[in-house]
Amino acid sequence: MSGPLLQVSDLSAGIEGAELLHHIDLTIREGETHVLMGPNGAGKSTLGNTLMGNPAYHVTGGRIFFGGEDITELGADKRAAMGMFMSFQNPLEIPGLSLESFIRNAIRISTGKPLKIFQFKKQLEAAMEILQMDASYVERDLNVGFSGGEKKKAEILQLLMLDPKLAILDETDSGLDVDAVRTVSRGIEEYQKERGGALLVITHSTRILDSLHVDRTHVLVKGRIAETGGAELVDEINRGGFERFTEE
Amino acid sequence: MTQIKDIDRSLYDFKDDESDFYRLQEGLTEETVRRISGEKHDPAWMLEHRLRSLELYNKIPVPDWGPSIDGLDMDHISSYVRANTDMKGTWEEVPEDIRNTFEKLGIPQAERRSLAGVGAQYDSELVYHNVREEVAQQGVVYTDMESALTGEYADMVREHFMKLVPPSDHKFAALHGAVWSGGSFVYVPKNVKVEIPLQSYFRLNAKGAGQFEHTLIIVDEGADLHFIEGCSAPKYNVANLHAGCVELYVSKGARLRYSTIENWSKNMYNLNTKRAVVEEDARMEWVSGSFGSHVSYLYPTTILKGDRSYCEFTGITFAGNGQNLDTGAKMIHIGKDTSSYINSKSVSKDGGISTYRSSIQIAKSAKGSKSTVDCASLMLDDISRSDTIPAMDIRTMDADVGHEAKIGRISDEAVFYLMSRGIDEAQARAMIVSGFADSVSKELPLEYAAEMNNLIRLEMENT
Repeated sequence: MSGPLLQVSDLSAGIEGAELLHHIDLTIREGETHVLMGPNGAGKSTLGNTLMGNPAYHVTGGRIFFGGEDITELGADKRAAMGMFMSFQNPLEIPGLSLESFIRNAIRISTGKPLKIFQFKKQLEAAMEILQMDASYVERDLNVGFSGGEKKKAEILQLLMLDPKLAILDETDSGLDVDAVRTVSRGIEEYQKERGGALLVITHSTRILDSLHVDRTHVLVKGRIAETGGAELVDEINRGGFERFTEE
Repeated sequence: MTQIKDIDRSLYDFKDDESDFYRLQEGLTEETVRRISGEKHDPAWMLEHRLRSLELYNKIPVPDWGPSIDGLDMDHISSYVRANTDMKGTWEEVPEDIRNTFEKLGIPQAERRSLAGVGAQYDSELVYHNVREEVAQQGVVYTDMESALTGEYADMVREHFMKLVPPSDHKFAALHGAVWSGGSFVYVPKNVKVEIPLQSYFRLNAKGAGQFEHTLIIVDEGADLHFIEGCSAPKYNVANLHAGCVELYVSKGARLRYSTIENWSKNMYNLNTKRAVVEEDARMEWVSGSFGSHVSYLYPTTILKGDRSYCEFTGITFAGNGQNLDTGAKMIHIGKDTSSYINSKSVSKDGGISTYRSSIQIAKSAKGSKSTVDCASLMLDDISRSDTIPAMDIRTMDADVGHEAKIGRISDEAVFYLMSRGIDEAQARAMIVSGFADSVSKELPLEYAAEMNNLIRLEMENT
């Protein structure tokens, strides 16, 4: 594919009655890692959810293209089948559905092909090894009674198993201790470096970026992209915070 | 065996002070009842029982609480009964949605006809006979109710038949007493452990089974049985009234597990009565799935009579469009240190109404008793309803009673979460509902659990 993987042009969106994003342009090519930073309430999660097709968010203007195809009106399941993924800020608890059977169903349904069990088990084991997850994990009900760190590990496990072309990580590092961030980062690194997957990392801290190669950084302020730069922009924010972008 | 005669009758005796309600029923006549009795070659006491029940039936008013049963033509009740004794009907009359369900569940042709109540040929009859042989070697009696009346255990049957659910209990118990037909009798002798679950599934083709069938199970001291009734394919009857009766006697130190999936066609009024009495150190386990039917009244009742007796009820109800399912459980604690646990789930969708109604009674004698009720309801849209009506009557200070109720809607956020992994909306919803039902399906035998999940999927697809 020669064109960009994700192309967002002049996108405005919000929840019922309130536009939270205004005229966003964003282009991510295959294998690129983009970082989306910004103060609380800037609209970072709104952008992630809108890109993934959360029906609670409405597009009020502009288009979203994925792999050259206009996906603005597509449901989340179709977007996922095309190769999009989002790691949730607050993964939902689904009682009675085990993590393993969830991942199995997701692979089976999104690919439309029967699952090769032996191969699946091997991949699952390998991914869990990277994330230092105990084998008993996958038998537990999805996210039910999981700690914050366990939920995020389970998200990254799904990322590794579903192997998308683009992963949106919505505050994956928030609320995690240093060790947990390190473990989760290892999973993301595997995805980025070994599989060549593209990333849109939404974060307001930078710990998760320590081990990742960053191509572009975008600063989102009050629903608009205030500045775009390279990896150096992350360091700048690390030192000076968002003050420079929020003034005026 | 311990008998139950000494139970406090006032607990369920009908109070006969409502002569105002007396109405002349054109419908059910003595002649009809005599004819049924004659066709079945009843012993004399059974004819008497039927006639006494008929009298009660004519006196007792229609229940004035719960979902409306106005759609039942009580003045022409005999037309429902006639369909029972003379069930013809043709395969072509079976509604299309039911035939489709058979198809989707992959049920063979011969069984479909039988489940639909129109067939005479039934392949599984052979399997049934084989099961009977196997358990017979252990001394277990497993037979149809009619032959039980005159067989080797005739006295035992007579001693127990409608003693736990007397015809005076309510109008449809009286109707059942008058016109009952079909059903199973099981007797498990002392200390016999039946390894394989007995399934009435194999007997569904019995004449009249699935309308006024009577199930009587007696598990003698120290014995162990798992009985499975019904199956998850819809049962279709020409007449749309079901008033079955289940009586379960669990003797000292025995254990009985009774599993059912009731899935009636959606025109059915399901007014079923199920009751168990549990003696000292004995254990009763109910697993109940209620799908289908237009209106259901279903509250399996357990009398924890013996000291340290235990009962656990696990149930799920699924109400869709046009359905009003009023289900729950009743526990009556009489013995000391008795305990009960109710785990109930209900799902409603497309305007369906599901009501959880339970009653916990702890008698003064039941010191040291424990009861826990856990009920959860899931509504799949804004037009469906879910109600919880728990009643408690605690007569001793020395009891530990807990109740937890959760009512919620399916979360859009959760549906989006599953969809973001490539699962389409219908399947995402079905997965959430199956998960919600999981603690119940887990209790079911594997093939029934699988069928129940299929059934949930089918119900969800029909949105």
